Amino acid sequence: MKAKIIITPKKAVLDPQGKTVQTALAHMGYTGVTGVHIGKYIEIDLAPGTDKAAAQKALNDAAHKLLSNPVIEDYKLEIE
Amino acid sequence: MNFSVLQFPASNCDQDAVHAVRLLGHSARLVWHKDAALGDTDVVIVPGGFSYGDYLRCGAIARFSPVMQAVKQFADNGGLVLGICNGFQVLTEAGLLPGALIRNRDLQFHCENIFLKTATNDSPFTNKIPAGKILRVPIAHGEGCYFADAETLAKLKAHNQILWQYCDATGNLTDSANPNGALQNIAGICNEKRNVAGLMPHPERACEPLLGSDDGKWIFESIFAALKNKTVAQAA
Repeated sequence: MKAKIIITPKKAVLDPQGKTVQTALAHMGYTGVTGVHIGKYIEIDLAPGTDKAAAQKALNDAAHKLLSNPVIEDYKLEIE
Repeated sequence: MNFSVLQFPASNCDQDAVHAVRLLGHSARLVWHKDAALGDTDVVIVPGGFSYGDYLRCGAIARFSPVMQAVKQFADNGGLVLGICNGFQVLTEAGLLPGALIRNRDLQFHCENIFLKTATNDSPFTNKIPAGKILRVPIAHGEGCYFADAETLAKLKAHNQILWQYCDATGNLTDSANPNGALQNIAGICNEKRNVAGLMPHPERACEPLLGSDDGKWIFESIFAALKNKTVAQAA
């Protein structure tokens, strides 16, 4: 089993990396790009047979406390 | 007075902080991150560096170290805590100070001298800074852009919690004097109780003329004065 967590900067937070990449894409001629947001992707391996609901609860807790900073970041959690 | 300077793996301004405090006539010692107790301590300094390699986010891992649990308790009991640079990041991650420090707006690591305006003398960290004095102190960081949501920022202002702001040599809060894009040129803040403060610049690197500036000493002198007053108050 695997948990996948995608962390992105909140909309209100400056994202200079995203902006710089967006400008680079425009310079390269890729048109129609209206925004780039750079975040993090975390993959967590879970023991086979882990209870999905319990893992969901525990990982939400971990994502809130450690894996993301709720002041500046949002996250999405998926378990498969 | 006893200063405890925390030491995490990859702290690198810990010795500078100890040196500055001793130079200014007080005692300081290092406290290892695995220690669960601070011992006899009047002030805690969370120093600069790259604690735990800045993995995940700056300060994110340090916050869970045993020593930080002791620091939280120390702060809850009214003890004075000063976070410098990475120490500021650790204190925001630990929830001891509001907001967060994010990547500098130009994506560059800034290592230079800047000017600081003290926004209020009403704190244990600023009470001795002469009125109108512009402090010249160094910065050295890649993630020093202070961010807080509108509600938090309004609270900071309402409670007079902004302590230092980046300014030009004559004290104007201009955008070009802002090295990292921090909201409102914020360089340092304190909590609502005013016993915990953090700043991105390094006052401990500017406590003797040999280093180009001794303006940083005013922040330490403020702490000494605040502690002295507290001791007098307790004795009386």
